[in-house]
Amino acid sequence: MEFVFQNILNALQWGSFYALIALGYTLVYGVLLLINFAHGDIFMVGAYIAYFVATLFLATVGLSPSATLTLAVPLTMILTACVGVTLERVAYRPLRRKGAHRLYVVITALMCGLILENGNLALLGASRKNFPELLEKTVYNFMGLSVTNLKVVVIFTAIAVFLLLQFIVTRTKIGMAMRGIAWDKFAIPLMGIPVDTIIVFTFVLGSGMAGLAGLLFAMSYPVLEPYMGALIGWKAFIAAVVGGIGDIRGAFVGGFLLAFLEIGVAAVFPSTLRDLIAFTVLLLIMWRKPTGIFGVAKHQKI
Amino acid sequence: MQRYALNILLPAAAAFIVVLSQMGALDLYVQSVIMFMAINVIMSASLNLVNGNMGEFSCGHGGFMCVGAYVGSLLSMLLFTNSKLFGAALLPGYSALVLFPLVLLGAGAAAALVGVIVAVPSFKTRGDYLAIITLAVNYMVISAIQNLDVIGGPRGLTGMRPTMSAMEDVVNLPWMMIWVLIGAFGSVALIRRYISSTYGKGVNAVCQDEIAAEIMSVDTNRIKLVTFMVSSGLAGVAGALYAHVVGYVNPGSFDILKSTEAMVMVYLGGMGSLSGSVLSAVLFTLLLEALRPLQIYKWVLVPLILILLMQFRPEGIMGNKELPDMFPRLRKYFTFK
Repeated sequence: MEFVFQNILNALQWGSFYALIALGYTLVYGVLLLINFAHGDIFMVGAYIAYFVATLFLATVGLSPSATLTLAVPLTMILTACVGVTLERVAYRPLRRKGAHRLYVVITALMCGLILENGNLALLGASRKNFPELLEKTVYNFMGLSVTNLKVVVIFTAIAVFLLLQFIVTRTKIGMAMRGIAWDKFAIPLMGIPVDTIIVFTFVLGSGMAGLAGLLFAMSYPVLEPYMGALIGWKAFIAAVVGGIGDIRGAFVGGFLLAFLEIGVAAVFPSTLRDLIAFTVLLLIMWRKPTGIFGVAKHQKI
Repeated sequence: MQRYALNILLPAAAAFIVVLSQMGALDLYVQSVIMFMAINVIMSASLNLVNGNMGEFSCGHGGFMCVGAYVGSLLSMLLFTNSKLFGAALLPGYSALVLFPLVLLGAGAAAALVGVIVAVPSFKTRGDYLAIITLAVNYMVISAIQNLDVIGGPRGLTGMRPTMSAMEDVVNLPWMMIWVLIGAFGSVALIRRYISSTYGKGVNAVCQDEIAAEIMSVDTNRIKLVTFMVSSGLAGVAGALYAHVVGYVNPGSFDILKSTEAMVMVYLGGMGSLSGSVLSAVLFTLLLEALRPLQIYKWVLVPLILILLMQFRPEGIMGNKELPDMFPRLRKYFTFK
């Protein structure tokens, strides 16, 4: 019984990471219909930014770990958001202006991801970075279950982010504009809505959340390497699509579903079968529901 | 006479390359670059069939190549070589000279069967949801092979090289080069015939408007099934050739990066342009080789070049056109439609 609950907790933690990254894919896709393949690498950049911010404040300035954490969270989110917005301004927007085919923008995104990965490798070298401990580890024992405070923080952050984004997208004016661009991008400028500002805002939200995920990931698994974002990014994208891409709820449900599948498979079968079984189940879901769990099929007018 | 110029010129060029490498005028490095170029041509031309002509977004082409590479090397080891895995060869080594296409066909058939996994969901869905299915299939293929310990698992598989040496023992020619060139020219010819046939016009129809195509009595599901199978089958042939050129396969070398490479070649050449994807495969391989001395900076510079190219020519090198459309004088010598 404890074994089951321990695995559920682990799955909730992994699911939180997947969900936070899948959000970025879903937000950008919902507005631009663009698969931002660089997003996994933005997550990686977020983790590195968190590392540099944390070591700067801890070692150079000499702040206490808790003060560093309170400073690192907003700083990491802002700096990572800057990276995301820079990509949008430099690479995606000129292509969009020229009216290039959607898939060319996708390829550009892929290339941007490669540049971030390998640029990092070339600049910082292949040695792995050890993330300093910012949150003193306390273990709560709870009916035979051991829960670290970090796990609780990660899971609750994910839930809080979900509620916040759901509120922004469904209840605010700017969220309405975001949904509007997804609905009809030709009519929206005629209504006096600044499309580019809304798109930048979307990238700020998505990349900021990726930065937050990077910080939390680095705190949970304190070894950083340049390719850490690639695999987790692809998997989060798959999670977002299975949940129904373009829907905030879908990103969360998909992220947690993938994490439960992976942890469940690793708990029962040999862990090398993890990817195979998890992806087979996801494929079967896609066969049954081709638009994902929350996705709505668009009917084409004839 | 002019109409057949291309049909004469291309085999002549291929024969010229073979003669040069036989005489030792091309060193082994140049030969291997030419062979990788030809394999990349198959990859990009076959992916172009799905991503360009049919307008789907398949991003797991490396998975099919992986299936082909493994099935091809296993067949080659089973038939022509004495290996630890299968014991003595089923056929004498010299028969590889005639029966080697069997290996390529087997690899292609196996990869085409895996392609059905992607083709069947494409009846109901398309676009980004299909992209994810291809991606998942790529992961599944790699993960499945990593778990098959009989054929080496994550360590990889060796032992298909002796097939080539068996052929060279009988007739001393650069057989690897010959088969790779035959594979590349054959694949491109097959794709060209398929696309320009009456049946193949349905592929472009599905791309432009699926519903209208269906109304005009195009059997869209069948077109999708056949096109996916042709495309993944050719990727399997490319995989089998790759395995024999390198002499070693491991599942890690067919991951998303390989699929990304194939996609880059297709979009660099221009969606739906066969001559564009052949041209871009050649240029891309040359670019990668030219930048090899830069080591890790290569993988910063190559994406940067591609991004800049996309900014200045967002529709790829050729756009949606073929070579004769760009240079009308060539129309005398060969046409596409």
